Amino acid sequence: MTKDLFTPPFSTELLTKRKRLRRTLLESRGDFIQKRVAILGGSTTHDVRDMLDLFLLRQGIRCTFYESEYAQFWQDAMFPNPELEAFQPDIIYIHTSNRNVSRYPQLSDSPEAVDALLEEELGRFTAMWDRLSQLYGCPLIQNNFEYPYWRLQGNREASDIHGRVHFLTRLNLGFAQYAQTHKGFYLHDINYLSALYGLEAWSDPAYWHLYKYALAVPAIPTLAHSVSNIIKSIYGKNKKALALDLDNTLWGGIVGDDGPENLQVGQETSMGQAFSEFQAYLKAHKDLGVILNVVSKNEAENAIAGLKRPDMTLTPEDFILIKANWEPKSQNLVEIAQSLSLLPESFVFVDDNPAEREIVRQQVPGTGVPELGEQPEHYIQAIDRLGYFEVTELSADDAARTEMYRQNAARAQAEASFADYESYLRSLEMRGEIGAFVPLYYSRLAQLTNKSNQFNLTTRRFTQGEIEAMAADDRFITLYGKLEDKFGDNGVVSIAIGEKQGTRLDVILWLMSCRVLKRGMEYAMMDAMAARCQAAGLDCIRGYYFPTAKNGMVRDFYQKQGFAKVSEEADGSTVWELDLRGGYEKKNRVIQVTEAKQEESHG
Amino acid sequence: MDRASIFEKLTEVFQDVFDDDSIALTDDTTAADIEDWDSLTHITLLATVEEEFGMKFSMKAVQGMKNVGEMVDLIAAAV
Repeated sequence: MTKDLFTPPFSTELLTKRKRLRRTLLESRGDFIQKRVAILGGSTTHDVRDMLDLFLLRQGIRCTFYESEYAQFWQDAMFPNPELEAFQPDIIYIHTSNRNVSRYPQLSDSPEAVDALLEEELGRFTAMWDRLSQLYGCPLIQNNFEYPYWRLQGNREASDIHGRVHFLTRLNLGFAQYAQTHKGFYLHDINYLSALYGLEAWSDPAYWHLYKYALAVPAIPTLAHSVSNIIKSIYGKNKKALALDLDNTLWGGIVGDDGPENLQVGQETSMGQAFSEFQAYLKAHKDLGVILNVVSKNEAENAIAGLKRPDMTLTPEDFILIKANWEPKSQNLVEIAQSLSLLPESFVFVDDNPAEREIVRQQVPGTGVPELGEQPEHYIQAIDRLGYFEVTELSADDAARTEMYRQNAARAQAEASFADYESYLRSLEMRGEIGAFVPLYYSRLAQLTNKSNQFNLTTRRFTQGEIEAMAADDRFITLYGKLEDKFGDNGVVSIAIGEKQGTRLDVILWLMSCRVLKRGMEYAMMDAMAARCQAAGLDCIRGYYFPTAKNGMVRDFYQKQGFAKVSEEADGSTVWELDLRGGYEKKNRVIQVTEAKQEESHG
Repeated sequence: MDRASIFEKLTEVFQDVFDDDSIALTDDTTAADIEDWDSLTHITLLATVEEEFGMKFSMKAVQGMKNVGEMVDLIAAAV
């Protein structure tokens, strides 16, 4: 296999062959999402733009870019800027560095003067962020600061209040505090990134003096990859699940040959410790909402016996599905994806065997398949550096996801014992809560609009700001749906947004999480939508289906809801209408629905 | 490494960077001879040459470089 140029460590080939690579990426798929990215720079940004372009194309995001004139990030943000306003950015990336700090403390400055300097510098940035979010209402990505490449006082620079290392550390903490308290503001940690890359190489001053690049040109792919991870995460393109091999991946040795007692794991040997640390790393992903599964060529009882060793960090309970058999791993992976209602490309496949990796790469394109390398002590880096699970929002839902999938498995068992489907659904004792958007759920709602691909009629993405704006606007009818049953609470799982056009309602977004497929929730939602239309004096609901590579499952959604087809385009897009003048017959019979009270109108 | 081998390898780098397989280099080739050779691609070009040949140009050398012949001399002196 030829080396994947898009996997770190990156070579300058990405820079050299950018045009050719761009062409190849554009030809590689047809389902790009389109975004507008503004780069506000405190230094030259040309190669930053080109590399970001490549990495985002690779993630399925095709961008147009705005670049500030050289080092004009502050002016672009703070003064009227018709060009940027017309550009309407979806994302603003502020690419600044320690070259952009306006003034550093002097050794003669009093502690009060240093504090004042810090406040002034932080104020300059926060004023800019406040203004940008108010003006553009889009996500902001902001570099923190890398350390300086020289130290006047040596080590004391880190402890002395006048030291640049100390001052930059305080600025970075100030940036982090802003990120903690402001939604849609994402800190891009070049402080960590430059350390990882090597500060000496990252800060090579020749690139500044010759071309006004704040970092060495060969480091730019590393920077761009990292920014692209934040952006793809914002647009719901993170991986969601791990499929893990066992022998020589989670432990040293082959359980079927060596027996569980002879596996290398635990604290007794160096190799055992390396495998245990790797297991702890993987297990921690559960708290991010990443689902763990096993795909192993083994007899099932041997696999379980290995996992049941008392000093094993990962235990059988940590996994949702364990496929230990002799079928091809690609097939097992696809089956796991199907039973979890996830797409195979949402998986990361972790296996020490290059041949198995190659088969999965070829048979299940889009799946994340990290090159693990041959040293178990380096497995963590091999996965971590790729940014598969870059976190931009962490909701309570994420932490509870493993539990949710476990409940789904229990439901599947219950389903098997019922003769007809409706009596099964009734036995679930489902309770739904449906209502207009409320602030409590804004973050989850925005997250859902960006993550849902399959049960999604129009695949429109919304930021939290847009969600809030629609919630407050009488021209829109907004609905969220929560679903609970005797096995547990699924949380907010469905969203519908309609825009009033005269006496008609245009449904601009209708989506549902695949975790509640075939539960009748879509009918309960339509009942609520129809009731609200009638109350608002509307006489028609118009629905749209825009086909994507992933939403084939809802092609007939409106037909099933009793709509009549109005038109169909060559690309498969369809328009549907439901006439409400003859009344509306409720369709949900299995969910007990509580209508959340509609908020008082502001007018 | 002799000048001929450096020329050979350097030609490949130029062809990659300017995405043009027809580029042929001589000692006298300058930015004026290659359509896309502007200040921006110049940066990529130098970074790539440095990686390909495992050397680094000093700032002074970068500023003084007048044509491909001088670039080859600098590479020859470094590797």
